[in-house]
Amino acid sequence: MTFTYDDVYINYYATVGGPYEKDGPLGPSLDKVYTNLYADEKTWEQAEVKMLSDSIDLVLRNSKKDSQDVDLLISGDLLNQVTASSYAALKFNIPFFGIYGACSSSVEGIILMSSLIDGKKIKNGIVSVSSHNMSSEKQFRNPTEYGAPKPKTATFTSTGGASVFLSNQKSKIRVESSTIGKVVDMDQTDPFNMGAVMAAAAGDTIYRHLKDMKRTVNDYDLILTGDLGVYGREILIDYMHQEYNIDLGKNYDDSGTMLYNLEKQEEVMAGASGPLCIAMVSYSSILPLLEKGKFQRVLLVATGALFSPTFVYQHKPIYSISHAVSLEAIK
Amino acid sequence: MKTRKSSIILVGDFLMDKISYKKIVDRHKPTETRLINAIVAFVVGGLVGVIGQLLIDFYTSWLHITTQDATSFMIVTLVFISCLFTALGFFDKWVTFAKCGLIIPITGFAHSMMSSGMEYKHEGPIYGVGANLFKLAGSVILYGIVAAWFFGMIRYYFLGGV
Repeated sequence: MTFTYDDVYINYYATVGGPYEKDGPLGPSLDKVYTNLYADEKTWEQAEVKMLSDSIDLVLRNSKKDSQDVDLLISGDLLNQVTASSYAALKFNIPFFGIYGACSSSVEGIILMSSLIDGKKIKNGIVSVSSHNMSSEKQFRNPTEYGAPKPKTATFTSTGGASVFLSNQKSKIRVESSTIGKVVDMDQTDPFNMGAVMAAAAGDTIYRHLKDMKRTVNDYDLILTGDLGVYGREILIDYMHQEYNIDLGKNYDDSGTMLYNLEKQEEVMAGASGPLCIAMVSYSSILPLLEKGKFQRVLLVATGALFSPTFVYQHKPIYSISHAVSLEAIK
Repeated sequence: MKTRKSSIILVGDFLMDKISYKKIVDRHKPTETRLINAIVAFVVGGLVGVIGQLLIDFYTSWLHITTQDATSFMIVTLVFISCLFTALGFFDKWVTFAKCGLIIPITGFAHSMMSSGMEYKHEGPIYGVGANLFKLAGSVILYGIVAAWFFGMIRYYFLGGV
């Protein structure tokens, strides 16, 4: 399902990161960083809520708008029952949707928001996502202080919050089109190799987007996938070539390989992951390049692994989904 | 009839798809350094054993107790040290490095319980620490007891209870 938008623009954006993101190559471009994973709160979950609400605060401050002027808040995260988003939403008193698309939540939110704005149901809105390394480890894997060995394909959930303000008021970045993904099953069962799980969904969505829009890879200055990591990135390049005969070429990159310094920060293994990953990379470094006109058109392809520990223990394969949104610079 | 045929082909195609996808995934799977991991685990695990033996020797000569009592003292000491180091926040990095060298000895057991206890302290003593302390260690205890009962029975009936 691909559709185009006429009057949806990205006006403001903000990113809040944790200590690992601060030490990464994008550290200087983040709007706010916490040097402590607890972010001065008592628990990991509260820290995630704080980082998420900080990012919404920053976007509101940039927009010089009161929260009462915002029509809708859409937010997603990884915690059980999307609780980080719900708890962060309270203080803003904005009509709220909590969404779950695993690590594809950011683009899922942008698609929903853009569709509502373009359908003239609302004038503006904020799309947020958050994730926290420690709260995710606690929920999906082992206690955080437990030093379980991980394979090289494991990825590292990024910490922080990221928000973007969309409206029908013209700015330098236009939301041009989007493709809604389908649930994909490739019989992958390894929760420590999410890149392999999600690459198939990314391939499917990129292919359908290009086909529906009658474009080629070269029509984009950058195709950025969500959080495939080092090995998932290789798998996607190979898969696109073999399955669809599409050469992703040098305009393709994966945000999971960009957020951290993979050589110096060895604990991140194959790269960054989490709903925050693609949001943080694109809001901190891709959107400014679109604003400056260095990029003309960018395709953000967020990828999510759809599973829960219960389903993995019941020996079910891990499904995946991927949503794509195309952003254009306005001269 | 026609729809049924096409659905069979579709299923077939999809299965082929999964197999060829799996081949791509396997092609990009990094090789784990199993030999080095095994050597590190062997050396570190051996060191833990050496420390344990030194502790037994120390307790027998210093406290003048039997080797059996000194063994219990040694276990308590190792459990305490790994719990303390877990609480201080650096034992997980050691375990990540040494892997089974620190997981298989009693240190790994203590580490798993201590880390679970620390993780869930904010959820309170009942629903947090109480309910989750044996989250990782529970399986070890359950099957440890079952196995002990089983082998105890074999020993009692077939080996004359010695």
